[in-house]
Amino acid sequence: MARSNQGVERAREAKQVEKAAGRTVGDGTESVRFTVNRKPFRLELDPRTTLLDALREHIHLCGTKKGCDHGQCGACTVLVAGRRIGSCLTLAVMHDGDDIVTIEGLGTPDAMHPMQAAFLERDGYQCGYCTSGQICSAVAMLEEIKAGWPSHVTADVAAPHVELTDAELRERMSGNICRCAAYPNIVAAIRDVAEGDPS
Amino acid sequence: MKPFTYERANDPEAAIAAIAAAGADAKFISGGTNLLDLMKLEIEQPAHLIDISRLPLQEIDELPTGELHIGAQARNSDVAADRYVRTRYPVLSQALLAGASPQLRNMASIGGNLLQRTRCVYFYDTATPCNKRAPGEGCAALGGFNRGHAILGASESCIATHPSDMAVALAVLDARIETLGIGNITRSIPIRDFHLLPETTPHIETVLLPGELITAVVLPPPPRGRQLYRKVRDRASYEFALVSVAATLAITNGVIDEARVAFGGVAHKPWRALEAEAVLHGRPATVDTYTAAADAALARAVGRGLNDFKIELAKRTLVATLMQAAEDRT
Repeated sequence: MARSNQGVERAREAKQVEKAAGRTVGDGTESVRFTVNRKPFRLELDPRTTLLDALREHIHLCGTKKGCDHGQCGACTVLVAGRRIGSCLTLAVMHDGDDIVTIEGLGTPDAMHPMQAAFLERDGYQCGYCTSGQICSAVAMLEEIKAGWPSHVTADVAAPHVELTDAELRERMSGNICRCAAYPNIVAAIRDVAEGDPS
Repeated sequence: MKPFTYERANDPEAAIAAIAAAGADAKFISGGTNLLDLMKLEIEQPAHLIDISRLPLQEIDELPTGELHIGAQARNSDVAADRYVRTRYPVLSQALLAGASPQLRNMASIGGNLLQRTRCVYFYDTATPCNKRAPGEGCAALGGFNRGHAILGASESCIATHPSDMAVALAVLDARIETLGIGNITRSIPIRDFHLLPETTPHIETVLLPGELITAVVLPPPPRGRQLYRKVRDRASYEFALVSVAATLAITNGVIDEARVAFGGVAHKPWRALEAEAVLHGRPATVDTYTAAADAALARAVGRGLNDFKIELAKRTLVATLMQAAEDRT
């Protein structure tokens, strides 16, 4: 028997065990409710669906990008309960009840988030593919700094406050790869927002 | 990705009941940052997932005994940012912050970090033999691109390394891993007994029994002296260690009272270097002493060709870490 058929068969058997045990396991799909950009959604999903694919393919919010799909590039960064995560390495069904914010929820072309405006002003991109992830990541990153979280380059992790050096910004954004290497302008854009000058 | 069924457990006992009912093809999932990656590549093929990410095991509590109880479902980022951890166990905070990316640290759990699989390229490449992925196939890394591979405690079956930074810090902190198993049996496992060397069974990586759940990591009161984690890698951030060192160093009047040393990136488990500690204890805090300790730690190291440089790199990293720890001492 081919490996894929074995997998289906094993999943079916596992489901029968679940049913015999009295647990509610759907017929190949799972129900999940969450809010995206303050709007409630209820989806019936194959449990294999990542949060990234749920956002793009089911809710049709394509601002969040699929880069590597293995948690290495940061293009899929979204905010869950205000925290930045990689949406490609988490299952949508694990987010029941969560509040999710994507690039579309941060701002619109007519009413941009200060970080979006700063990236535009500073030319913080070339091809733009990583930009949604960069901006979502940067917004959450500044909150982490406000909360006093240390980083790998913080000299004393016990220090209550973080100095906003370029080394700190770069380390804290190292989960977002830009293959166009727009990094100097990304740092400048983030610094503008952090210093309250989203000019 | 192979099909699977999904359920969420709301308390540890329910998680154990669920995995006991679901059988050998079931797995727990928490952050998913390693398991889902491996499932996409079909290296892991669970038929059923039990979501433990919302178990009430998230808290970081100081115990009356002076120990620190870290719930296994606490996120890596929360532990790294915890004020008590930062002030009393800075080596743990430093090690966590040296690993992965901010996004992944916001997802990954403490229990999951301990259980992450090796990043050996041959483990990931299903077109090549790997005793860890498919026992009995052989090891492609032995004669392959083994620049990042183990130099201590490896075997002819497997030369993979354990990828965790956090576990290296836990090794010098003498952490204990608390678990709940099938039958609701609890265990408290010292970190140095938790991970296994590859020997002839590299697919068995820890002493956990089937269905056993990590519930907490418990830290004894911190060791005396300065704590430091130093990581050497091919790029400045977001990369696994070639070599890392966790050290604690207490010096009185120029003499080392107590020192603990562990290496990451060099073995199938976080490598506590007791031989180095024996050399350091009671000796003057000098570069000569640190060098002798490094020689002792690496005395039984074996290179496999491309990773020969890691033996010297590990020695120099240990010396540099101890020098920095001695300088920073207040």
